[in-house]
Formats: sequence, C-alpha cells, structure tokens
Amino acid sequence: MPYVLLIIINAVFVNNFVLSRFLGICPFLGVSKKTETALGMGIAVIFVMGVASVITYAIDLALVAGGMEYLRTIVFILVIAALIQLVEIFVKRFSPSLYSALGVYLPLITTNCAVLGVAIMNVTELTEVNVLYAFVNGVASGIGFTIAILILAGIRERMETADIPASFKGFPITLLAASVIAMSFAAFSALSF
Amino acid sequence: MNRKQLATALEPLTQGVFKNNATFRLVLGTCPTLAVTTAALNGLSMGLATMFVLVCSNAIISMLRNFIPRKVRIPAYILVIAAFSTLVQMIMRKFLPDMYETLGLFLSLVVVNCILLARAESFASLNPVLPSVLDGLGIGLGFTFSLTLLGFIRELLGTGAVFGYSIEPIVEAGLPMTIFVLPAGGFMVYGFMMVIFNAAVKAAENALNARKAARNADAADGTKIDEVEKSEVADTENADSGSSNSDERHEERSAAEGGAV
Repeated sequence: MPYVLLIIINAVFVNNFVLSRFLGICPFLGVSKKTETALGMGIAVIFVMGVASVITYAIDLALVAGGMEYLRTIVFILVIAALIQLVEIFVKRFSPSLYSALGVYLPLITTNCAVLGVAIMNVTELTEVNVLYAFVNGVASGIGFTIAILILAGIRERMETADIPASFKGFPITLLAASVIAMSFAAFSALSF
Repeated sequence: MNRKQLATALEPLTQGVFKNNATFRLVLGTCPTLAVTTAALNGLSMGLATMFVLVCSNAIISMLRNFIPRKVRIPAYILVIAAFSTLVQMIMRKFLPDMYETLGLFLSLVVVNCILLARAESFASLNPVLPSVLDGLGIGLGFTFSLTLLGFIRELLGTGAVFGYSIEPIVEAGLPMTIFVLPAGGFMVYGFMMVIFNAAVKAAENALNARKAARNADAADGTKIDEVEKSEVADTENADSGSSNSDERHEERSAAEGGAV
C-alpha cells in the first residue's frame, strides 16, 4: 500500500508529467485556452491513460515472454490507436452525455505522447510492477496532467485582458507562464525519495 | 533545369528551415524540444534522428499515397513512422549506446512526434516523392537547427559548457545558473527564442516585401525599367529577366534570414 501512495505523489507532484518530464506538451499548449476545454481534455487523458496502462502492461507480458521487446514501440502505438477508437465507439454507445463532453478530445489523444510515455514507463521504469501499480501510475499521471493544464488555462484566461507586448502574444507568453508554473512545481523535488 | 525551376524545386527545403520552422513557427514536436535540449549535443542527435525518420517516412508515404485508402490513412502513417523510429532506436542502441541512454524514453517517442504525422498528412500524402523528401529534409534541418540552438543556449547558461566542453572562466566565476537546465528554464528559453526567431523572420519578410514593392514601383515607372532590366541581365548573364528576378529574390531572402538569425 505505501508504494501505491509513493507512485501517486511521484506522478502527480514530484515528476509531474507535463512540468517535469515534458510529456504531453502539445495538448498542454494547444487545448489550454479555456478552463472547460482543459478540464474535458484532462478527464479524457486520465481515462485513456488508465485503460491503456492496464492493456499495454498485459501485452508487454506477452512480448517479454516471446522475447520480442524490440517491437514495443510499434505494438504499443497501434494498441493505443485502436484502443482510442474502441473507447470512442464504446462511450458513444453507452454514455452519449460523456461522449459529447469528451468526443472531440479522444482522437487528439492518439498523438499525445503522454499516453505512450506512461505505457513505456510502466514497463521500464517502475521498480516494482504489477497490474495495479501500472493502473495507478497511469491514472495518477493523468491527474498530474490535468492539474497542470487547469492551472495554465486559468492563467491564460486572466491574460486575455492583460496588456501583452505584441511579439509575446500567443505561444511565447504561454511558454513563459508555463515556466513560472514549472518553477513552483520544482519545489516538489524536495519530496523525492 | 534552369535556375527558376531549381529555385521552385528547392522551395520546400528553404521553407522548412525558416518560414515553416517546426519548433518556432508551427509549434510542433514540443515535447522532445523541451526535454532533450539540456545540452547542445543531445539536441543535435535528437534532431538528426527525427530528420532521418521524417525523410524516410515522407518518402514511403508519398510512394504509397495512391494505395492507402483515405479511411485508414492515419493508422497506416503511424505504422510506417513506427517502423522507422524502431530502426533508429536499434541503430542508436548499437552504435551510440551513451546517446541512447541519454535520450531514453524520447527516442521511442519519436513515433508520436506530431511533426511526422503533420508532414505526412499535409505534404507527403499530396506530393510526389522528390518534393516530399526535400520537405522532410527541410523540416528536419529546421528542427535540428532549433534543437541545437536551444540546447546550446541552455547548456551555456545552465552549466557554462559548449558541446560538453566546459569553459573554465565562466564556471570559475560562478556564472552558470542551474535553472536553465531545469524544466522551468526550458520553457523560458523556448518562449524567448520564439519571440526572437519570429521577429527575425518577420523583419526579413518585411525587407523582402519592401524590395518587391520598390521593384514594382520601378516597373510602373517607364524610364527606370530599362535600367533595372539592363543591370539584371548584366548581373546574371541570363536573358530571361523574369527568372533572374525570382532567383535574386530567393537569394536575398535566405541571405537576409541567415544574417538576421
């Protein structure tokens, strides 16, 4: 049980996916204009990361048993792409309200490197690994992503009315805001153990 | 092939480096950009690895563009890209084991680099093989250039070293600021470099447009046109003044941008 707690604190704060590992920067910068869309994206990412962690972990067992670790990248990305399609169909069929909330974000997640990143990290970087830890790591990493994107979205909403020099408008000022957030998250590195 | 055709053929190459620079203009592939640029050499190797995958996948996708059904094109592109990024991973593991360790996770993540899918979708799937390869080369060079530049700045400010060789006077004076090799510094340097790069490209474009406007004004003025054309013919020893026009413009542009950057 303590190891689960360790994984969660590590994934959400100490090694935050976006602010410290630099995974999933594209949606972090691209979908953070409004708090609602950022939240939608965040929830979709948590969901897909949790499911993808479990499935890729199971597939990796088969790959390792067959001595084919070198196929990891290809197999994982295909599984994730297929999984996202399946999730989309499934959610559309059984929960139209969830579908209308997540719909647009699901296809975008295919090229979110955070999902492939967490799948590979689960099988290469966790010191103790089983299905539960993989799942917890996936969900916690998704939560870390959501927290980061929500903070940035909040800042960007405020900045809309601010007087920003013309050449800094758009991406540059967003990157500088992200830099300040990353600086504050760097303080969590004192928690690393 | 005369010079005008050559200039048009090479357009994807120059555009990829400046006007369509993946890092600063299109803002694609930001994850590896921020993650590996703690040192110039890491940025350079990451850029070259990505360029290799980009050129190869662009070539293959462009060859197959008439055979891949529209509906399953994205999985098909991803498969081609994944095959080449696995190849790069294997080559690096064998010949550059240290760099393989340093780049680590991000070498596998070349496959989800949005630059690759974006170029496959918006260029390689619509154009013949040669322009697609040139486009891959141009975008890849631009990406490599940007990554190396960011890595150079972060390494110098953060550790007082250039390509791994530490510069003693800077280190002894205690000038290196560790924050620049931390994530926060990555975002900061990227943001400021984007401002500088965009301003430089804009200035170059403005200078170019001013030239063009001046040329048009000259053309409208009947007395001057003869002089201009005469000097151009003399300069380029090319009878076709139209082609020399566009060539000169091209050279001016690259020269201006090179100087500005």
